Amino acid sequence: MATGAKRQEQASEQQGAAVEQSAQAAPALVVKDGLTGPEAPVNGREYGAGGRQDALKKYVDEERLARGLGWFSIGLGLAELLAPRGVAKVAGMRGNTTLIRLFGLREIASGIAIFAGGRRPAGPVWSRVVGDALDLACLGAAYASPDNDKARLTFATANVLAVTALDVLCARQLGADPEGAQTERGNVPVNKSIVINASPEEVYSYWRDFENLPRFMRYLESVKVTGEGRSHWVAKAPGGSVEWDAEVTEDRPNQSISWRSLEGSEVEASGTVRFEPATGGRGTVVHVKLDYNPPGGAVGALVAKLFGEDPDGEMQTDLRRFKQIIELGEIVVSDGTLTGEGYTEQRPAQPLGVGLGTAAGQLQK
Amino acid sequence: MRANCWYGKKDVRVEQVPDPKILNKRDAIVKITSTAICGSDLHLYNGFMPTMQAGDILGHEFMGEIVEVGPEVHDRKAGDRVVVSFPISCGKCFFCEQEMYSLCENSNPNAWMAEKMFGHSPCGIFGYSHLTGGFAGGQSEFARVPFADVGTLKIPEGLDDEKVLFLSDIFPTGYMGAEMCNIQPGDTVAVWGCGPVGQFAMASAYLLGAERVIGIDRFPERLKMAREGAKADTINYEEANVYETLMELTGGRGPDACIDAVGLEAHGAGAHGLEYAYDRAKQALMMETDRPIALREAIMACRNGGTVSVIGVYGGLIDKFPMGSFMNRSLTMRTGQCHVQRYWKKLLGHIRDGEIDPSFVITHRMKLDDAPNGFNIFNNKEDDCIKVVLRP
Repeated sequence: MATGAKRQEQASEQQGAAVEQSAQAAPALVVKDGLTGPEAPVNGREYGAGGRQDALKKYVDEERLARGLGWFSIGLGLAELLAPRGVAKVAGMRGNTTLIRLFGLREIASGIAIFAGGRRPAGPVWSRVVGDALDLACLGAAYASPDNDKARLTFATANVLAVTALDVLCARQLGADPEGAQTERGNVPVNKSIVINASPEEVYSYWRDFENLPRFMRYLESVKVTGEGRSHWVAKAPGGSVEWDAEVTEDRPNQSISWRSLEGSEVEASGTVRFEPATGGRGTVVHVKLDYNPPGGAVGALVAKLFGEDPDGEMQTDLRRFKQIIELGEIVVSDGTLTGEGYTEQRPAQPLGVGLGTAAGQLQK
Repeated sequence: MRANCWYGKKDVRVEQVPDPKILNKRDAIVKITSTAICGSDLHLYNGFMPTMQAGDILGHEFMGEIVEVGPEVHDRKAGDRVVVSFPISCGKCFFCEQEMYSLCENSNPNAWMAEKMFGHSPCGIFGYSHLTGGFAGGQSEFARVPFADVGTLKIPEGLDDEKVLFLSDIFPTGYMGAEMCNIQPGDTVAVWGCGPVGQFAMASAYLLGAERVIGIDRFPERLKMAREGAKADTINYEEANVYETLMELTGGRGPDACIDAVGLEAHGAGAHGLEYAYDRAKQALMMETDRPIALREAIMACRNGGTVSVIGVYGGLIDKFPMGSFMNRSLTMRTGQCHVQRYWKKLLGHIRDGEIDPSFVITHRMKLDDAPNGFNIFNNKEDDCIKVVLRP
């Protein structure tokens, strides 16, 4: 098996990022040989060990759902506040209008709390669940009275149960997002990779000249080499820019480069890029890991300014542009994407009427 | 220039827009002489594809004369008469090198969008929403064609536009549909959908050696075209039960290969009634984005060990896929957006040799300004409309 021999070679070369120590002890199971013989590969590596994937699958886009529930709360709350008798009638009961008005106020408060609670308002959505429980208790009590329309009561109860389920689902998903919490703290670890149809030498030498980086990294205004292993970085942010000096901490030609901002910089910025031959001789896999950590806690705002809502996605698009530069010599544009703003900005897919060397040319840097 | 622009569901307008310019070094600008409306344009027209923006220029089947080339175009020059392929392909990435042009890794500037929806992004496409890159389309007087050395085919003298225009999309698509069936001598191939792509799939099945080709549809004019143009046998699914008819025709074994040239907007007849209602209801509730009626039938009808070839366009998720039938009977499914540039030289050869005249699918010829009317009659299948060609 040719692959087996190759893997034996690569196993000794590849260090670091791929293999992580498992937090748990390996099972005591004894595994007999399996694939054997002189051509067989060595034992496999373990990826992503020590992490945790929540068993709760993402069933819904919880941030959008939260906003929907917020509007629902406000709408229902207004109805309960302004037309309590009508609401009672629809629910099939002779309700206490004061109580219904209070419930209305509660709903409106929940709705407002959801919109004021940031992108991921887990607490306010849980408060809706408490409200749902009160609603269910109220409806349950209404069953006892013979005056009430049981059919409508049942229908109303079914609806409240359905909404309760949505509230619980939403609140749970909002709570379970370790990445979200991290960006709240302002630490932006970005970890992305791309495969490029070129040799590690070619790819390494382009990246090693840091002045090339702004050409494909959207958030960088400029990088200037200021000395031996030293560079000055300027990042774009609305209302000004952020600057720091950095030094190369490790440089293994055609394999990896690491750099770090100097002590006392405005931003703690570090990064590592690794260049790995792709399997089958299919080019080079580039792994990029970046860390941005503004000291002193002036956090989320800066991060959002630099990276937008989706740092990982922005990085992946930056890497795609890098791939285009290496494989094609330029960045591919379309009429719809010629804005030069964030990568999510689109204009209608019709010509802008400008060509290379004019505005469109500038956008390509 | 004038161009046909999308403005919403069932709303396209021909209006004045800026002329295209060279933006990348391997671009060419083409002055368009003929352009067509595709069945997949109807998915945009009917609001099934997300990421459209008001003002987007539509159209991905077009040809004309090169009027300008970028600084790094070496194989084409102004004056060349060319057909343009609907997939935009760089020619230098892993997939282009394997001739899988519709999977180009570099030609979709909005790859991030498609990746979110599909897991990975396919290539950029002309005039087909921002999901495929937001490229201006070719239902216009001029178009910017990226990677002109890969994306254009030079047309020799003596061949009318109508004979070669369909090399841009539908002829290679039908051909790839038939090729994916791995047709052996003596095979029977059944094709669901007798629209233009289905017509070319049927004709290509014969070109690839099928002994028997059967077309399935409900519109008499399409069935007639299948019999007289593509020379296939036909079944009208509003009159006959397709599965049972195919079983009878093949002695109970089923066709060797089945081609789905229908895609996400499948209709159904009485026999499909409940199924069609189910799919429409789920679509309305946004729980299912596509209607796979033809696909389900193709799978059930296909013989054991046969191939189901899917060239009808799908965009999202389908429900009730007969996975049990598929797995237990060793079926193969092959599919994809057509790798046009892989086939078009060979197909041009068939045209030049007089083996096929692709213009047989054209039923309506109009000016570009009549595009809104063209879309309307094509969508409603009025006036026996099967294929509309527009001249700017």
